[in-house]
Amino acid sequence: MKRPLPSDPVVRAIVRAQLAQRSQVSRRSVLQTGAGVAGMGALLAACGTGGAPSGEATATGGAVQDVSESDPTVNWANWTLYLDYDDQSQTYPTLEAFTEQTGIEVNYAEDIEDNDSYYGRVQGQLANGQDIGQDIVTLTDWMAARMIRLGYTQELDKANIPNWENILPGLRDVSFDPGRQHSLTWQSGFAGLAWNKEAVPGGMRSVSDLWNPDLAGRVEVLSEMRDTVGLIMLDQGVDPSSDDWGDDEFFAALEVLEQQISSGQIRQVKGNSYAEDLVSGDALAVIGWSGDITVLNFENGDNWEFLLPEAGGTLWSDNLMVPVGSPRKTNAETLMNYYYDPVVAAEVAAYVNYICPVQGAYEEMLNLDPELAENQLIFPNEETLSRAYVFRALTPEEETRYNTEFQSVIGN
Amino acid sequence: MSVVSALGHGGGSGTPAPAPARRARGGAYLLLAPGLLYLGLFFVVPVFALLVTSLYVPVPGGDVGQFQPAFEWQNYTRSLETYWPQLVRSFSYAAIATILAFCIGYPMAYTIAVKARGRPFLQAMLLVLVIAPFFTSFILRTVAWKQILADEGFVVAALKALAVIPPDGRLTATSVAVVAGLTYNFLPFMTLPIYANLERLDPRLIEAGADLYANGPTTFWRVTLPMSMPGVVSGTLLTFIPASGDFVNSVLLGNNSTTMIGQVIDSRFFKVSDYPTAAALSFVLMMAILVLVAAYIRRAGTEELL
Repeated sequence: MKRPLPSDPVVRAIVRAQLAQRSQVSRRSVLQTGAGVAGMGALLAACGTGGAPSGEATATGGAVQDVSESDPTVNWANWTLYLDYDDQSQTYPTLEAFTEQTGIEVNYAEDIEDNDSYYGRVQGQLANGQDIGQDIVTLTDWMAARMIRLGYTQELDKANIPNWENILPGLRDVSFDPGRQHSLTWQSGFAGLAWNKEAVPGGMRSVSDLWNPDLAGRVEVLSEMRDTVGLIMLDQGVDPSSDDWGDDEFFAALEVLEQQISSGQIRQVKGNSYAEDLVSGDALAVIGWSGDITVLNFENGDNWEFLLPEAGGTLWSDNLMVPVGSPRKTNAETLMNYYYDPVVAAEVAAYVNYICPVQGAYEEMLNLDPELAENQLIFPNEETLSRAYVFRALTPEEETRYNTEFQSVIGN
Repeated sequence: MSVVSALGHGGGSGTPAPAPARRARGGAYLLLAPGLLYLGLFFVVPVFALLVTSLYVPVPGGDVGQFQPAFEWQNYTRSLETYWPQLVRSFSYAAIATILAFCIGYPMAYTIAVKARGRPFLQAMLLVLVIAPFFTSFILRTVAWKQILADEGFVVAALKALAVIPPDGRLTATSVAVVAGLTYNFLPFMTLPIYANLERLDPRLIEAGADLYANGPTTFWRVTLPMSMPGVVSGTLLTFIPASGDFVNSVLLGNNSTTMIGQVIDSRFFKVSDYPTAAALSFVLMMAILVLVAAYIRRAGTEELL
């Protein structure tokens, strides 16, 4: 089960803040205290490598000597509260067990708070094929796509990861990495509709229900383009995961967003702070993330309902990758293999409450906590998954153009 | 300097007179060196990097966030054409907030410095109240504001009952909330310099005003206010400059129609990975503030700052 919050109010507040951070939002959130510092670093990095010829990847993966044998450690950069943690011993039980089993020490760093700012921090070194001090980084699909495209990752040796066969069929051949040559899913989550059960007693079925005049000014949507636009596209009958849509479909969806913002129906377009607005009551219905709603209901009484609309919702994943320049790829692969063991995966899932990507973890969870095993947001069944779509990979040109248009529609 | 040279004379009997003075001057420069080095490393170099980045162009056919050196001055014209509304909005919000902070802060400073004069305990208590907000992170305090002004909160309910705002009105996610937040967050920066100035105000000058048959308001207008101008000038600068670059208040208390320039820079940098535009906008913001402040100081007079 989820850990109860500590009783000390200060610690409690910190844990809450971190729980909120764990949600995908804060990964892209603007308000990181370190943003200024990271920003300057990224800026300098941008200056330093701006001249490097691009396009052709600088992947020097083969050139790096693998020292896994002589150096039994692995450095792993992940998001906060994204791995089972034991308060009492202040350790990560599954990591401890891993070290015991394999003799490999893990330096686990909760280093990533935002895809873009993390990328900005390490991009300069990656472009030069240097070791960034991490052997595993955990980044969201579209950023993983960029990393792989640019040759910033090393190819995985599946012989060291036999358990990778346990990956959910739907995650096996993602468009940015067919056959999973460079990445493995860590956890996934849905973007869908969420609403206050008291204020919207009739519930909701589709994104169009958000435009109900009764909710004027009390609706919020995510500032994550792929989720908000993806859900509106689905509502318009477009499958955002297929390759057969383009500008017309994208801008048709964006137009709906623009209308609803200018009419005042949408109060705000936000990152993770939409969760606060649900609690304060400023927002009654939102496009939000499944993990957040689980946490909100756990902490603030069971007030909210989360639903993947009938037309479908988006599915995002965070992916484990070995950056170029890492000299401990074999150790990294050993670790990935370990976490694709269904027993270990179930242990992690019981803590993090996101979708577990490992087949067989469900059966393990039935033993561990049957109630959790039935939670559709952690172990979605076929029917649920059939309504979840992964936003297709965008070309660099599309990504820049769509992002610019989206940012301008939301006022930036 | 004279003390130093006096010591120098005392110390070395055979030393020619000018030498210690020169040595002392060298020492002064040496003392200045850490500051200069610090500024050079953490101000001049980054500003230069910013300028260089602002002229970059995308690598043809390159990936997101890949740029190469160039002299693309159009980055500036394009940024200004696209983002002038946010720029104007930032300066308007900052200006309104500065004026409001002055209207609130001056009476506060006056009360503490003049009215509470001679009662050190009361003065200290009031000053602590002014400074107390600094004990908590301003982000947390702004988030608290969000809760206070929430739709279901008592402030909105009271204002609705008094028919100040319409029944379907709201406070958060409006420009009113953003300006109010800016005013609140920068109020101490306005109050404290004015206080420091009024505190040194010679009461005999006010007495002299009364002796010359000026009534209270006239004395204030002709004596107190002009005397406190240095505090007012530094207070307004300390409020206006950070307020125009601020984006926290707008992010937390505003919505998508209250976007300030800081938000745009952030989104260009982190969301779109458009480093040149972000750099160009930062540079424009810096220059615009410099020009506005220079014009203001020219009008108000630099000696007021001393």
